[in-house]
Amino acid sequence: MFPILEAEFLAPEIKRFVIEAPRVARKRRAGQFVIVRLHERGERIPLTIADGDPERGTITLIVQGVGKTTKLMNLLEAGDAILDLVGPLGSPSDVRRYGTVVVIGGGVGTAIAWPTARAMKQAGNRVVGIVGARSRQLVLLEPEMRAICDELEIVTDDGSSGRQGVVIDPLCERIMRGDRIDLVLAIGPVRMMQAVAEMTRPSGIRTIVSLNSLMVDGTGMCGGCRVSTRDGTRFACVDGPEFDAHAVDFDTLARRNRTYRDSEAAALEAFRADPNSALAQVRHSCRLEPTHPPEEAASR
Amino acid sequence: MSANPLPPKQRTKIPRQEMPEQQAAARRRNFDEVNRGLTVLGASTEAMRCLECAKPACVSGCPVGVKIRDFIALITAGDYLGAAAKIREDNVLPAITGRVCPQETQCEGCCILGKTFEPLGIGHLERFVADYEREHGELGLPEIAPPSGRKVAIIGSGPAGLSAAGDLVRWGHAVTVFEALHEIGGVLVYGIPAFRLPKAIVRHEVEALARMGVDFQANVVVGKTVTIDELMDEEGYDAVLVATGAGLPKFLGIPGEHLPGVSSANEFLTRVNLMHANEFPSYDEPVFDCRGRDVAVIGGGNTAMDAVRTACRLGARRSLLIYRRTEAEMPARVEEIRHAKQEGIELLTLANPVAFLSDDEGFLAGVRCLRMELGQPDASGRRSPVPIPGSEFEVPVAMAVVALGTGANPLVQSSTPDLATDPRGYIAADPETLRTSKRGVFAAGDIVTGAATVILAMAAGRRAAAAIGEFLESGAWIDAEAVG
Ligand SMILES: Cc1cc2nc3c(=O)[nH]c(=O)nc-3n(C[C@H](O)[C@H](O)[C@H](O)COP(=O)(O)OP(=O)(O)OC[C@H]3O[C@@H](n4cnc5c(N)ncnc54)[C@H](O)[C@@H]3O)c2cc1C
Ligand SMILES: Cc1cc2nc3c(=O)[nH]c(=O)nc-3n(C[C@H](O)[C@H](O)[C@H](O)COP(=O)(O)OP(=O)(O)OC[C@H]3O[C@@H](n4cnc5c(N)ncnc54)[C@H](O)[C@@H]3O)c2cc1C
Ligand code: SF4
Ligand code: SF4
Ligand code: FES
Repeated sequence: MFPILEAEFLAPEIKRFVIEAPRVARKRRAGQFVIVRLHERGERIPLTIADGDPERGTITLIVQGVGKTTKLMNLLEAGDAILDLVGPLGSPSDVRRYGTVVVIGGGVGTAIAWPTARAMKQAGNRVVGIVGARSRQLVLLEPEMRAICDELEIVTDDGSSGRQGVVIDPLCERIMRGDRIDLVLAIGPVRMMQAVAEMTRPSGIRTIVSLNSLMVDGTGMCGGCRVSTRDGTRFACVDGPEFDAHAVDFDTLARRNRTYRDSEAAALEAFRADPNSALAQVRHSCRLEPTHPPEEAASR
Repeated sequence: MSANPLPPKQRTKIPRQEMPEQQAAARRRNFDEVNRGLTVLGASTEAMRCLECAKPACVSGCPVGVKIRDFIALITAGDYLGAAAKIREDNVLPAITGRVCPQETQCEGCCILGKTFEPLGIGHLERFVADYEREHGELGLPEIAPPSGRKVAIIGSGPAGLSAAGDLVRWGHAVTVFEALHEIGGVLVYGIPAFRLPKAIVRHEVEALARMGVDFQANVVVGKTVTIDELMDEEGYDAVLVATGAGLPKFLGIPGEHLPGVSSANEFLTRVNLMHANEFPSYDEPVFDCRGRDVAVIGGGNTAMDAVRTACRLGARRSLLIYRRTEAEMPARVEEIRHAKQEGIELLTLANPVAFLSDDEGFLAGVRCLRMELGQPDASGRRSPVPIPGSEFEVPVAMAVVALGTGANPLVQSSTPDLATDPRGYIAADPETLRTSKRGVFAAGDIVTGAATVILAMAAGRRAAAAIGEFLESGAWIDAEAVG
């Protein structure tokens, strides 16, 4: 059982959780994620570790409600608990001193990019942030990004905050202007990452993306998260989730992510019709006798 | 001393007692166990067939040397709990091995009766007494030695890890089992389907171990959540057993393998067995919807057989197994092949996929195969398949499952630099003591041998436990130069 200590909405449908998970908090590094299972009948979903406090033994997750499991998670409050949580999974970001790093976050991708952006800043890079969202309300972590970015641009679809447009517009301008860019980190919807990759390909700017493939175990056992790259098949959960954007076959990724679309839609519809019984299921599972002894056993 | 009233001649006249089975027409659409278990009458009749050989050949076929003749004699005497105890002297998971051992190549394959008649149903009898013991619950927990003050970490909760845990905890050591998944049992819970091995049986074994004092910690990936060095240097474990199995799926590497609709057997079986996707939407994890659609599974081992029979149970219209040799070469247990055929599984043998084909929407639509013929025997002694040029043909399917075997998952090895591996990535360990190149670290099961069997993993786990016990007592670590 993994108790939720804090839970607050950052934007509509986007919630920040502080969760007690001492082992994960001790080990996590920027770019890594956990897999959670909310209740006895729940599915396993991957979520990036946005932050961690080894002293307090906590990690921070930022969740965007897009389907049944994430929307259900966003109903949880401080005092609730998560049944299963495992990590830190995946390879940490390759944080080095590159020079100027442009960090592009689209939607909840900003939350996934933020820990790496911060680590890049701490490593002595000049960090330029480009944060995109549909509208003002959905702009994530603006103060946090502002605190670590040497320059920050906000882009919204409707122009309600920052400039109107999409995240690749400011990137395009910088490239055209000949600004120095040593590394681009782009995290967001598949099509956004693909567009960034195409934009930086001609000039050969090193570009990293974090891939959101479907996952089950997160340890390299199922192969469900496999992505097709120039160097062959890779498993996003262990070889990634970050990859060289110019090596990734995004069309295949986008197609694979649609594998369960009908089931996902059905699950969401059933959840919408009766969210309370799903919530009751979480609260029931997390009150059962712990089948998974709490973590303090580790320090015996 | 024999309780068997029949003279040997008459014993051979009794036909082998058939295992009561769920009717094929019904079971092909449910996940209940296929074999229902021998009745008391069936079991005692079957036991009477045993010739009680002075030098039982059957025992030489069992990898752990279960005292088969003796436990059978106890069945004949009506002492089922005694029979169970007799098996447990050598085999701590009899309800599981009785169900899943490849008996035809092991104990039963060596039974003298099999030379002229049908071999004794040793697996069925082993299962019978183990089930009897569980259902009658009269055997208490074994005696536990006083605490030794030593701590052992076991990584992985498959048969190797579980059986090592059982021995070590009895000897008074503090045992913690770390498991990456949220459930304990390894392949027994995520791989082998409930229609062959009901999950309650595995849970029963795990609960018994927990009552004996084994501390199970799910959701810990060693190599990520914590490393072996941290376990030993910071958390005070005196010894570590790596029993992480061979869980890395192999793919064909042919065009179209990334299409939605193509998955590994590990993924497909994990979704159904561990995550209960067959009960979607009551459970949240989805699985590819194969209701009324055609499914192909590629491979010929137990995993392939489990996957194709699972697809059938999920409602597939046509469940097809594609294998590049012939039925005679299939590595799956013969009972599984027979059951599969009864359930209407089609075997497409001497065929090898060369590409997965897609529909307009980018979903899987079919498999293109080449016909094969058998050529010269290869290194494994089996005749190797040779493609027939120009023999390509297509099979329309909506889902395909690749069950080509598994390899070593590198997570633990790569996070433990001084742990030597063999060229294929498996952990190098002394075959007897299961010591690795790293002091205090042992390894057992599929992570040493490559994908093998439950009984071999169990045997290795117990050998490792014995070696760990000795190491904890003497503190001596003979640096086996041979290792590596
Ligand atoms: C490494 C990694 C890190 C992630 N970090 C975060 C994060 O920090 N915050 C966050 O809000 N989201 C994150 N995601 C995405 C998150 O896992 C999915 O949104 C979630 O699984 C959707 O589940 P659902 O049941 O709510 O929606 P579903 O109904 O299952 O799906 C809705 C949409 O999400 C996609 N999706 C479904 N299942 C998965 C899955 N297992 N993995 C990835 N995408 C999926 C589908 O393609 C679909 O478009 C991450 C994904 C990965 C792979
Ligand atoms: C579908 C299928 C059907 C089979 N059918 C049969 C059969 O009929 N008869 C038979 O005898 N054998 C069968 N086998 C083979 C048999 O199941 C295996 O040989 C046996 O389970 C191996 O046992 P093990 O303890 O070595 O590892 P496993 O059972 O593989 O268990 C290893 C465990 O370690 C965990 N783990 C891995 N890495 C880590 C880590 N870094 N940290 C923490 N935990 C970790 C895994 O999650 C897993 O739970 C089958 C296998 C499969 C896949
Ligand atoms: S453990 Fe397996 S091989 Fe040995 S007697 Fe039992 S069923 Fe036969
Ligand atoms: S070889 Fe066969 S007949 Fe002889 S003791 Fe063993 S099981 Fe009985
Ligand atoms: S999620 Fe199963 S291998 Fe990556």
